[in-house]
Amino acid sequence: MRIGVFICWCGSNIGGVVDVPRVVEAVSALPGVACCSDYKYMCSEPGQEKIRRAIAEHRLDRVVVASCSPRLHENTFRQVLAASGLNPYLLEMANIREHCAWVHQQEPAKATAKAIDLVRRAVAKAGKLEPLHSAAIPVTRRALVVGGGVAGMQAALDIAEAGYQVVLVEKEPSIGGKMAMLDKTFPTLDCAACIITPRMAAVARHPAIKLLTHAEVTAINGYVGNFKITVRQKARSVDYDKCTGCGICQEKCPCTVNSEYDQGLGTRKAIYVSFPQAVPNKPVIDRAHCRRFTRGKCGVCQQVCPSGAVDYAQEDVLFEEEVGAVVLATGYDLFDWTRAYGEYGYGRYPNVITGLQFERMNNANGPTGGKIRRPSDGGVPENVVFIQCVGSRDEAKGKEYCSRVCCLYTAKQARQVLEKIPGAKVHVFYIDVRCAGKAYEEFYQDAVARGACYIRGRVSKIYPTGDKLMVRGADTLLGRPVEIEAGLVVLATAMVPGAGGAELARLAGVSTGKDGFFQEIHPKLRPVESSTAGIFLAGSCQGPRDIPDTVAHAGAAAVKVCALFARGEIITEPVVARINERLCTGCLACRLVCPYRAVEPKSIPARGGAPERTVAVVNSGLCQGCGACSATCRSGAIDLAGFSNEQLLAEISALCH
Amino acid sequence: MQLAYYPGCSWETSGREYDLSARLAGGKLGLEFIEIKDWNCCGSSAGHSTSRLLATALAARNLALAEKMGLDLTAPCASCYQRLALARHDLLADGQLRKQVNRITGHTFHGNMRVRSILEVVASLGGEHIAARVVKPLRNLKVAAYYGCLLVRPRAVQVDDPENPQMMEKIMAVAGAEVLAWSHKTECCGTSLAMNNDQLALPLVAGILEAASLSGADCIVCACPLCHFNLDYRQKKVNRVLGTGYQLPVFYFTQLLGVALGLEPGRLGLFDHFVNTKPVLQLVS
Repeated sequence: MRIGVFICWCGSNIGGVVDVPRVVEAVSALPGVACCSDYKYMCSEPGQEKIRRAIAEHRLDRVVVASCSPRLHENTFRQVLAASGLNPYLLEMANIREHCAWVHQQEPAKATAKAIDLVRRAVAKAGKLEPLHSAAIPVTRRALVVGGGVAGMQAALDIAEAGYQVVLVEKEPSIGGKMAMLDKTFPTLDCAACIITPRMAAVARHPAIKLLTHAEVTAINGYVGNFKITVRQKARSVDYDKCTGCGICQEKCPCTVNSEYDQGLGTRKAIYVSFPQAVPNKPVIDRAHCRRFTRGKCGVCQQVCPSGAVDYAQEDVLFEEEVGAVVLATGYDLFDWTRAYGEYGYGRYPNVITGLQFERMNNANGPTGGKIRRPSDGGVPENVVFIQCVGSRDEAKGKEYCSRVCCLYTAKQARQVLEKIPGAKVHVFYIDVRCAGKAYEEFYQDAVARGACYIRGRVSKIYPTGDKLMVRGADTLLGRPVEIEAGLVVLATAMVPGAGGAELARLAGVSTGKDGFFQEIHPKLRPVESSTAGIFLAGSCQGPRDIPDTVAHAGAAAVKVCALFARGEIITEPVVARINERLCTGCLACRLVCPYRAVEPKSIPARGGAPERTVAVVNSGLCQGCGACSATCRSGAIDLAGFSNEQLLAEISALCH
Repeated sequence: MQLAYYPGCSWETSGREYDLSARLAGGKLGLEFIEIKDWNCCGSSAGHSTSRLLATALAARNLALAEKMGLDLTAPCASCYQRLALARHDLLADGQLRKQVNRITGHTFHGNMRVRSILEVVASLGGEHIAARVVKPLRNLKVAAYYGCLLVRPRAVQVDDPENPQMMEKIMAVAGAEVLAWSHKTECCGTSLAMNNDQLALPLVAGILEAASLSGADCIVCACPLCHFNLDYRQKKVNRVLGTGYQLPVFYFTQLLGVALGLEPGRLGLFDHFVNTKPVLQLVS
């Protein structure tokens, strides 16, 4: 055994605390160590060259690098070994930066002793390392995108344009998402519909995109490159092959329901198309409200349909799709302020609305035809008060985080009030105005210049006085309470993860943060990858973001998918669990603890003609090498490659030496 | 149900009708109030603004006495309730404080009792229990239920939702009155400033009276002697200083409940108010 040990100073990160020459001296004396040297930055090109030279010069067959966390540079050093003709898994790292120098800055002598121990441990394990080999698995070049908002559409179009097939699943009857509800978008004031509706049409038209609306993903099985997805096509009660989208059924339907698309400010029928520009532009029956389904009577839509498309007997259909990658783009919902903010009336005052309701009202195809009106009586509100951070930045009642988009859309809406209602007064209560973004600060300043009056402080109470509302708050810059009479109050409510996100996270095996947004694997370097290989994140399901950022994020997710497909195969990590079938008793405790559903039971012939017996088998495509099964196995039948029991025991005995 | 009863300092003075009506109405509802022997100041008002330790120790002695009776404590006064309940909360949360206070009072408080507002006690009896005993429903009476600040804040001791409490509404509705949705039910009445800053306190009182009038209420019902004193006694001053003309009787909820339970108005102290109550009471009779 000829082990080479390379100790990094990491500038002063390690060298400023740990006495590196002292470590070199101690390690050189260890059995099996053929050479030991140190360098200022082992990860740099001269550092790597030093290792390559030493491997050749000393005929090394194992390498130990004592530096930073293996999360940072294990791969870098594995490449160095590979370039020198060694199996890359004959590398062992000792983390003497995060685990030693950084946390023991005040005690250099003890830190040095600990560094020597850590390196001794690594040398002991290195002596037991064996070469490991990766395998290649073919990839299904077809992607699933969950969610048909602006993020999902962007990801689907980008992947399809790159020449791959896409299945786009949307739970609502139409794609378009929240953006299709908006009026104009900041900071350019371009009309949201003019941007989004052509995209919707493009998605529907694209030959590589299979569009499934009014559908849900109910299972995600398999692993990167080879997922099996189960989709439930919810019953529409309308045969889309026959339906021409003429709209007579909607006209004649006698049952009126609050419109989700209009955020409760307008109505729709029980058989409905969400909005005139919906894609697909064909109706579904809302069975929770339809009289045919609730009372067994009616049937008007079937009678009037000229093409006989209405089918009350239609049922949900389950089917499978095979894909190689998944993009989650399930977006956001608005924080339900009516449950938390009693001081704003718990939703009892009709003239207190959310920003999204304001968008609907302000939209030319909205319930008021684009006129800003008081929902209570249809009157023109001459005083409009905007309240920012309702549910955002409020640990007591809402969420700790900032929702990022509200400052700008409030400024936009303030401007629109001033433009549409001559002589109107606009007050905006804020905590901070956060305008980080290209042309955002200028946009906000413009709203102020046009007459929006910004008051720094929270609103403590809204109460009705006659047909007006009194908004009472604090002006924390002047240090005094303020009361403003308002005809309309608009709340900038927080963004929260889209409904069903938690269930989807469970299905996909994706982790979520404390607020329920999907968790990216690295906040800076891997912002679109989830904790499960092959599952990517796009848009505000990962955290609050505005439209430009969402589109950029979705594009990034699409690129990752395309990169996977372009390679055509996945090189599997060989650090996976291996089961010794002779020792396995088939208790399957490993299956219970496996977070990746990588363990399955398997029947094998027993010895001596006895009946078949069950053993566990690991799917190496799913296994992420966490080691939970190995630690759980009572009969010691599972070894994790690169972390075998023998290797771990060698480390422990070196530490206890 | 037996409860240790803590009358508080207003019981024979400004809040006499509250004490009278609470005991009488409580009796009708099957609540047995046993007065705590040798009770002392609860520690609110001047006490708690002077010293937290003093306020906690004063309350703790009463809590320990009730605990010795083996009963939960109830107090009609909202200020007494809040002080006693907060002291209990502090004592349970801080073992050191409890030891220190036990040494001061000479009575060991273990924490094996609860402090309940009389509003909470009556509401917990349930609508059916009360409805079965109502003999004279308060028909034609529109009431604005006013909670003030002490019953619903802070969170640790709040008896109901701080923004839109409903306990008093439920009791009054069962008693047959029409309860109104209005805006000022948990606004500050300005009591703690009434003595030394009229300029600030009077508009606060006026705001509540105005909101109640606008809602169409015949009267205000409350559950706090401090609120009552402020809204009833100072109504005349509000009218004089601010040029208004309010004639809005202010009742304790136990008084109106007592009427509904068939108790004689005189015994409930209904004619001891500053604002004339007769026109409103005629609505019910």
